[in-house]
Amino acid sequence: MSKLGDTVAQKHGAGGPAMRALIESVFVAGLGPAGAGLAAMDDGAAIPVGDRFLVLTTDSYVIKPLVFPGGDIGRLAICGTINDLAMMGATEPLGLTCAVIIEAGFAIAELERIRDSMRATCAEAGATIVTGDTKVMGKGELDGMVINTAGVAFAKRVVPDSGLRPGDRIIVTGSVGDHGFAVMAARHKLQLQGALVSDVAPLNGLVRAALAAGGEGVSAMKDPTRGGLASALHEMAAKGQVGIVLDEACLPVRSEVRAASELLGIDPLHVANEGKAVIGVRADAADRVLQALHGHPLGRDAAIIGTCVAERPGSVILDTGFGRRLLAEPDGELLPRIC
Amino acid sequence: MNAEPGGVAELKFRDPGRARELTAALARLVQEFHRAPVTLMHVCGTHEQAIARFGLRTSLPPALRVIMGPGCPVCVTDLGEVDEGVALALQGVHIATYGDMVKLPGSSKSLADAQAEGARVAVVYSATQAVELARATTEPVVFFASGFETTAVATAAIVLAGPPANFSVLSAHKYVPPAMEAVACLPEARVEGFLAAGHAAVITGYGLFEDFARRHRTPVVVAGFEPLDILAALVKLLEMIRDCEYGAANAYPRCVTREGNRRAQESLWRVFEAVDGPWRGIGVIPNGNLQLRKEWAGLDARRRFRIDVSGLARAARSELSRRCLCGKIMVGLVEPTDCPLFGRECLPESPVGACMVSSEGTCKIWYQYGGRPDLGGRA
Repeated sequence: MSKLGDTVAQKHGAGGPAMRALIESVFVAGLGPAGAGLAAMDDGAAIPVGDRFLVLTTDSYVIKPLVFPGGDIGRLAICGTINDLAMMGATEPLGLTCAVIIEAGFAIAELERIRDSMRATCAEAGATIVTGDTKVMGKGELDGMVINTAGVAFAKRVVPDSGLRPGDRIIVTGSVGDHGFAVMAARHKLQLQGALVSDVAPLNGLVRAALAAGGEGVSAMKDPTRGGLASALHEMAAKGQVGIVLDEACLPVRSEVRAASELLGIDPLHVANEGKAVIGVRADAADRVLQALHGHPLGRDAAIIGTCVAERPGSVILDTGFGRRLLAEPDGELLPRIC
Repeated sequence: MNAEPGGVAELKFRDPGRARELTAALARLVQEFHRAPVTLMHVCGTHEQAIARFGLRTSLPPALRVIMGPGCPVCVTDLGEVDEGVALALQGVHIATYGDMVKLPGSSKSLADAQAEGARVAVVYSATQAVELARATTEPVVFFASGFETTAVATAAIVLAGPPANFSVLSAHKYVPPAMEAVACLPEARVEGFLAAGHAAVITGYGLFEDFARRHRTPVVVAGFEPLDILAALVKLLEMIRDCEYGAANAYPRCVTREGNRRAQESLWRVFEAVDGPWRGIGVIPNGNLQLRKEWAGLDARRRFRIDVSGLARAARSELSRRCLCGKIMVGLVEPTDCPLFGRECLPESPVGACMVSSEGTCKIWYQYGGRPDLGGRA
């Protein structure tokens, strides 16, 4: 377990073990008893209401640059919350909140472009922003803007990220690493061949299709955002107390991403995705779910990438085709090798 | 295929089917030895990276041990050398160095500690970048240069190109062949064959190892860094051991020749000479250090500055560092998982030993990829 240290460091926000240590030791321990949600450290909270669950989630968005190939902070802020709801099994958002904090000096025209992007993304997801808040801070007191969104939706059955059992298959709904490399290339102004485009997209429609096809056979879901597929799988393996064996040959990775990853020395399984889901399914439901995903525009490249085993609970093992090794979880900020 | 004598057929680099043929060949070959284990050593962090990243060890026959020797230049940089860099930094000199050197512990401080106290330490990705840094200022800039033959040639090139007057070099460059001599002379290491690093052999040529192989009756095969490069080189090495063929072979013919890059060798030896020097955790390696020749005294930070390391007097070794097994790991006597500190007190974010600091270090690589765990057969 990572030591916390005396001050908050960048790694405490990177999605890996350091971030979990911060949340567990400062917030979960200090804010308990946690009720339905916080202690489970899932994508959102599930509050029982009659025979259903009201799922509630919140997230703040900071990204540099604010606009990147394939999206912008506005689209990201809507998709992130829609997707956190969807990963709990809540695919019909009742409403979203939107709070923005803006740095003085921010161009109104750019703000309007980001608003338009949020509106278009809401339309795509079938969601509406029902309330919001606006604050302005002095120049230099924050970097551009921060958006917070929260969302509520009902779920008949909550799909936790802890539901994996030995024998379950692991599906990823499409190519991994697209968002992380697109943002990294834009941020560091890397001149890379080919188009690196973020996958940021609302996944509630895709997840609805998977749940309709798989029903109770869908055992666990998680969106592999910060920390990438590696972190998401580690968390799912630890919470479900299973080992996960991945077949590297089956992992969908676009050739542009593979090239960038070899060049920069950064594993595509370690970088963020904003339009992908990892879905655990019982073996007998795997083909049905995969077929349903393939029928949706956002799931065309979905693939079964691994199997859960009883051995080595909590670890993720990568079969490279040449042998096997542990898949490490990234900890700290990913820095491109420049040589 | 190639016409280079001593060459091994060239391969498509990443083909699991071909890899299975090669591991089957390794299993057949090692069985012919009627003893176990047969121990082969590579001397390069990049080889360890590739072996670990592709999980090759789980596919090797159990009777075949492939271990890493002193192949991490940062790991073998001596405490005294780090102290010199730290002392210069604390004297107010700008230090430019490669990334992994910053966190490397000295007697009492690392360059990162010096940086936290206000010293100016810049991470550079090439020797050229260090010169650019010197050109951008009038203050003295010292390039704290580390690495084996590959980076030493780059340092030699900037020395020969005539850097600005405020630039000098603090050399922690090491030369691999003498370290192989040292390991070959350790009877308890029981190394029966060496894989030599392909990128260093691009410069030195594989012919360099012929005399070594004959004297120690230990064959050497130069290997590239793709999984099939490594497996093919291991097959060649076992064949040579079986056939008592004590020579050097080239399993990386697409890059390496027998004589190597003559121009690069000339620049290397025009600028540097090999001198005896301490390697961290291992001891003094005869001719193991590369120091600037007298003609380049003006560019040698050791001659140019009075480097006072007395303020960094060796603190009593902590209880933890006494239990660190890096020295034995680097000569292949034990594996990282044999160390009581590995993965417990010694972690990448709080390393006790040098092998957990550098991305070329055995411990850091094993920590990241799981080293040699029993992960079951292939799916």
